[in-house]
Amino acid sequence: MPYSVETRDLSRTFKGQDKPVKALENVSISIEEGEIFGLLGPNGAGKTTLIKILVTLLLPTTGEALVGGFDVVREPQKVRKIIALVSGGETPGYGILSVRENLWFFSQLYGLSSSVAKAKIKQLMIDMGIEEYANTRMAKLSTGYKQRLNFARGLISDPKVLFLDEPTLGLDVLTAKKLRSYISEWAKRGLKGTVLLTTHYMAEADEMCDRVAIIDRGRILACDRPYVLKEKLKESKIMRLEVSSMQADLSFLDKAAGVVGRSETRNIQTDTTTLRIMVRDEAILSSVMKRLEEQKLRVLSADEVEPTLEDVYICLVGRGFEEEAEAKTSA
Amino acid sequence: MREQVIRDLRVAYARLWVRIKGSNREPEWLAAEMIIPVITLSAYVYMYKALGAPPQFTSFVVIGGTMIAFWVNVLWNMSAQFYWEKETGNLEIYLVAPISRMAILLGMALGGFVNTTLRAVAIVIAGILIFQAPVMINEPLTALLVFLLTIVALYALGMLFASLFMLYGREAWHTANLFQEPVYFLSGSYFPVTYLPFIIQLIASLLPLTFGLDGIRRVAVMGEGFGSIWIDVVMLVVFILILLPLAKFALNYMENLGKKEGRLTLRWQ
Repeated sequence: MPYSVETRDLSRTFKGQDKPVKALENVSISIEEGEIFGLLGPNGAGKTTLIKILVTLLLPTTGEALVGGFDVVREPQKVRKIIALVSGGETPGYGILSVRENLWFFSQLYGLSSSVAKAKIKQLMIDMGIEEYANTRMAKLSTGYKQRLNFARGLISDPKVLFLDEPTLGLDVLTAKKLRSYISEWAKRGLKGTVLLTTHYMAEADEMCDRVAIIDRGRILACDRPYVLKEKLKESKIMRLEVSSMQADLSFLDKAAGVVGRSETRNIQTDTTTLRIMVRDEAILSSVMKRLEEQKLRVLSADEVEPTLEDVYICLVGRGFEEEAEAKTSA
Repeated sequence: MREQVIRDLRVAYARLWVRIKGSNREPEWLAAEMIIPVITLSAYVYMYKALGAPPQFTSFVVIGGTMIAFWVNVLWNMSAQFYWEKETGNLEIYLVAPISRMAILLGMALGGFVNTTLRAVAIVIAGILIFQAPVMINEPLTALLVFLLTIVALYALGMLFASLFMLYGREAWHTANLFQEPVYFLSGSYFPVTYLPFIIQLIASLLPLTFGLDGIRRVAVMGEGFGSIWIDVVMLVVFILILLPLAKFALNYMENLGKKEGRLTLRWQ
């Protein structure tokens, strides 16, 4: 049986201002029917590029990509019949039309008859909790409700493969949670929908995905079930340190022996730096503490923490998502 | 095949419905769109009256102003619409859907035609009532034929421009700006194009609006029949036969180019 989504040595290079930019490099993934597959990586890692190729909005430079067994380059129309794309931070639709009218319009893009469309719209509005806004113009909806409408729009054609590109971007915790649990149920229902989700929220990938691929600078670094990926970190120790002063110079950790990786978050309000550090040996921590004291920094708290998917990323790349984004900005 | 045709017809109808519904919800636009063109053409009418031009010139101006309403609609509400659709994220949704891009444009064209016809009718009524523009139609069916052919040719040209807006942002905007005023002039919207030098007339013959205006004026103002305007009809048919397939080709070409260059859904270009 063919995979729902399959890529073989998929690469994409963009022109770039000075030199060609490799957005994807030999990406090979296989996603089974009914699976929720997460693509986890910082901004600019190549997640959206991969999705755009799979939904026929972008051509690959080399390699092959199949969705539902159809080639995205040679058979785009067949691919389009079985997919839907929902992007976070987007509000497709017409502000002047109501929620119901917008959904009707989008149902017509998939050729739904009026009676079928009407029933589906009603059900989706109930599922998404937007039925009380059925006659409200889209322009008057809050960001969260617009995204609920966007999800309903994506599901109206009963896609076999649903592509979610940062779907909970900018949403409040409750709305994000509701949408996540809905999609998880949707994928596991009788019709078995496949979901490819891109996100840079670790918890989202952890909570929703059957398998996760970690992508960085266009390359897949690891791909497995979230617990298997985290399991591999068992030999390392992960500590969370809160250090006084947000000016703490932690560059010495780059060369420190035994440090697998780290990520840091600087808080301007509390004037503190939260350091997440992964070490091979607990003994290394004492030398880290010593170096911090030499800088006249106080360690406000130190806890051992359970590994997360971000730690998997740190272990693979050596630094966290924020530093990755900063590095890209300064580059 | 049948399934695809039905889907495309549904899409065209849905897009037409959005356009009409949207306009009805903001009637203040309709008022503005009806009053402003009348003010514009009144300047030409009074200028011709002051110069003692024959009363038919008033009708020429009224018909020119009417057809300009369609040209402006084609240029800004249809061609440029893909630019707005791109900015709002709708273009991405269209391109991911299993539909013909021409079906979307057909819906926009029909919606734009319905809306603009209201504006055009207001201009014609104002022209006849306020400016006493003389009308002499001996062959109403011929007048209707020339009008409809002109509209189809204009919207086919709009579909061609839409392919530019699908890929380019501001660059296409400048191109549309470049086309607006020169087309008013070249097509002879406010005066008969026969007054232009031969070389300019030759350039003007590249525009379907030139033939459309000439044909409509001859039939609706001069009282002429099909026998004297058949060249206009043939030219309009030729424009349609060239522009429609060209628009389809250009849309496919631009979409593929956009997918190749990665600019198809790139915003704020």
